[in-house]
Amino acid sequence: MSALLEVENLRVSFPTRSGVVEAVRGVSFTLGRERLGIVGESGSGKSQTGRAILGLTPPHATVSADRLVFDGIDLLCVSAKERRALRGKRIAMVLQDPKFSLNPVMRIGDQIMETLAAHGRGTGAEARRRTLAMLEAVQIRHPERVFRLYPHEVSGGMGQRAMIAMMLVAEPDLLIADEPTSALDVTVQLQVLSILDKLVAERGMGLIFVSHDLRLVSSFCDRVLVMYAGRVVEEIAADRLHQSQHPYTQGLLNCLPKLGQSQHPLPVLDRKPEWAA
Amino acid sequence: MTDALTISDLVVEFDDFRAVDGVSLSVREGESFGLVGESGSGKSTVLRAVAGLAPITAGTIAVGGETLGRTRSKDFYRRVQMVFQDPYGSLHPRHTIDRALAEPLAVHGIGDAEQRIVKALEEVGLGTGFRFRYPHQLSGGQRQRVAIARALILEPKVLLLDEPTSALDASVQAEVLNLLEEVRRKRGLTYILVSHDLAVVTHMCERLLVMQHGKPVELLTSADLAARRIETPYTRELMVASEGFKRGA
Amino acid sequence: MKNDAQTWREWLTSERPASRRQARLGRAYAAWSRFVDNRLAMAGLFIILALLLVAIFADVIAPYSAVTDGDLRTARLLPPSAEHWFGTDDQGRDIFARLVHGSRITLFVVVLVAVIAAPVGLLIGTVSGYAGGWIDAVLMRITDIFLAFPRLVLALAFVAALGPGIVNAVIAIAITSWPPYARIARAETLTLRHADYINAVRLMGASPARIIARHITPLCVSSVIIRVTLDMAGIILTAAGLGFLGLGAQPPSPEWGAMIASGRRFVLDQWWVAAAPGVAIFIVSLGFNLLGDGLRDALDPKAAGQ
Repeated sequence: MSALLEVENLRVSFPTRSGVVEAVRGVSFTLGRERLGIVGESGSGKSQTGRAILGLTPPHATVSADRLVFDGIDLLCVSAKERRALRGKRIAMVLQDPKFSLNPVMRIGDQIMETLAAHGRGTGAEARRRTLAMLEAVQIRHPERVFRLYPHEVSGGMGQRAMIAMMLVAEPDLLIADEPTSALDVTVQLQVLSILDKLVAERGMGLIFVSHDLRLVSSFCDRVLVMYAGRVVEEIAADRLHQSQHPYTQGLLNCLPKLGQSQHPLPVLDRKPEWAA
Repeated sequence: MTDALTISDLVVEFDDFRAVDGVSLSVREGESFGLVGESGSGKSTVLRAVAGLAPITAGTIAVGGETLGRTRSKDFYRRVQMVFQDPYGSLHPRHTIDRALAEPLAVHGIGDAEQRIVKALEEVGLGTGFRFRYPHQLSGGQRQRVAIARALILEPKVLLLDEPTSALDASVQAEVLNLLEEVRRKRGLTYILVSHDLAVVTHMCERLLVMQHGKPVELLTSADLAARRIETPYTRELMVASEGFKRGA
Repeated sequence: MKNDAQTWREWLTSERPASRRQARLGRAYAAWSRFVDNRLAMAGLFIILALLLVAIFADVIAPYSAVTDGDLRTARLLPPSAEHWFGTDDQGRDIFARLVHGSRITLFVVVLVAVIAAPVGLLIGTVSGYAGGWIDAVLMRITDIFLAFPRLVLALAFVAALGPGIVNAVIAIAITSWPPYARIARAETLTLRHADYINAVRLMGASPARIIARHITPLCVSSVIIRVTLDMAGIILTAAGLGFLGLGAQPPSPEWGAMIASGRRFVLDQWWVAAAPGVAIFIVSLGFNLLGDGLRDALDPKAAGQ
């Protein structure tokens, strides 16, 4: 399996009034055409890892890495223009809340068509046909109707599907999904995930799934990176998660209340300083 | 046993929108009762109607046998308090923790504020080191502890909990849930807990009501749920969804 | 000494304040250090402080009387020189002395307007925003009526009714300048009204008056203060405008606007008569604007939250 993405010693730091805050401290992994989960709690650096790969780190932060290679292209050396060309066309990102990622004054269909045009993958009738096909692929029942709607006219689940359609229509090789379903209701969440799962499998994409929800990620991904305080504390195959060695991963699994299992009080995480070391 | 809270045929309307449509339930004194549903199910609105933050269009709400009117007495707020979902939005950004805890005492003219504040902070496991900090100096879990302390400082009998842990990390959620269970046991409180998370509700409550689109769907005990004695398809759907993703499903 | 300063700083920036006073001072210190970082804001502060000092020590600074006429044969409309720094006006009075004394009038105007207009605006805005319903409708329509007229025109009407004079001019300006503050306070209140922390106070059983006074107003104050400082320039200009039209300060009072008015007759030949007060108005207005911008950055609650 050839590596689609290689990350070695990735670091992201933010200068603040009270000194430099290191959000990501030396993260390394390789990704093939597979589903990789990155799990951690708030402040673990999981989102910043995803953003750094796409070059979406805020401008005042500094990003460094020994290696950051996507399909033979060194992301550390490419110009801003080349990076923009990669973004959307070959690497795409789905964010948590579609309300903030869709343009509120543009019809959903037009936005998707624009994405196609921007990456030179068809215009006019051809683009329209592909857009409608894509909306159908994310299981939107009346693609013609949704095509003409504005983002505020659709529900959260529908908006997230439209977002996924927009991101996948250019047929990227790598999709980074940052908490793509956290803002959705549980029942809708599963529908969106199964759409995502099907598309990734059919199109042979690589997927990085960033989430706080260890159980969800482990049921969806092939491999899981567990992050704590900016570092990867454990890497484990998703189906072997229950055999995890690191106390943090175990703690995260245990502290959730489970249906049909009563445990009072719930076990809490005893954070050890050496985890962050 | 008397009922701490009785709701009968509650309807809440905002303009033309019916947020709650015919909900009835009764919660016994000392019981912990859960309201479960997805967004738009009206579960939080029920809680807000009890607290007086949402209008009662029809039906009645009674606390401790006394039917609530349009306005609530000061005495009501000493019996019923609430903890909100978003710990970042429920504390005044310009007030220190000390001031947040002193305010309810000042409103009700309660003396020995000094002692009560120290005691309340200790009860929620914060200690006095946090007393003069501002909310932005606290983590989400710490803020939620302050919110719980603020609700408890008036020594209420009923605590309304509106998704108290859904904005928190899983490990912090466990700490806050443990804290809530502990104070309930110690003080013999009655809880009404609203959550979208079936596992959290069954963990915390003895009985629960599943809601959808403002209407009650199913009333069942946590034991029933754990044993999967479920009658309605919607509850079953929620149950399956909360177990995580299944490929090929 | 340096050690002392070090511990003071630590005490102020402590993450674990031990008393109410320390928490409050620490907060003020954080705002102050944000303010100090802003060079333009410091320049603004410097200008305003200079104005304050000049006004306080006007009698010491001014070399001549501001109101007594000079010798009309020898001291009339003299160009700037070592003796008369900014020259003299058509009554033979030293312009520098008049400017220095005029600073008192300027300060008097802006302070009085701020003290009257800001609280009125704040009160009307917060009550209107919090109460909603018909109270809001009535208060906001009144505000709209005031906003519908250009400020100078409305002030003119009031002065015409009250009679010319500096105090009446201040009252007229104050009456015409509260509506924007009410609008700002109302807008802020509307975003705060449904915040959970306000709901939480409501659930304590606190009265609406208490909620407005102790919980909502403190959050609106900073944006109103910022707006007031930014408006100071406009207030000075309106006062000058009234003075220019002869409805503000009356001669021989050295009000800057009135000075420009009297200088305009010979603006082509003796330009300094009108230019000196013009530049003074410009500098002070700029000072207030810079100060206001700096305050906006320093007091912004969003920045403070980080």
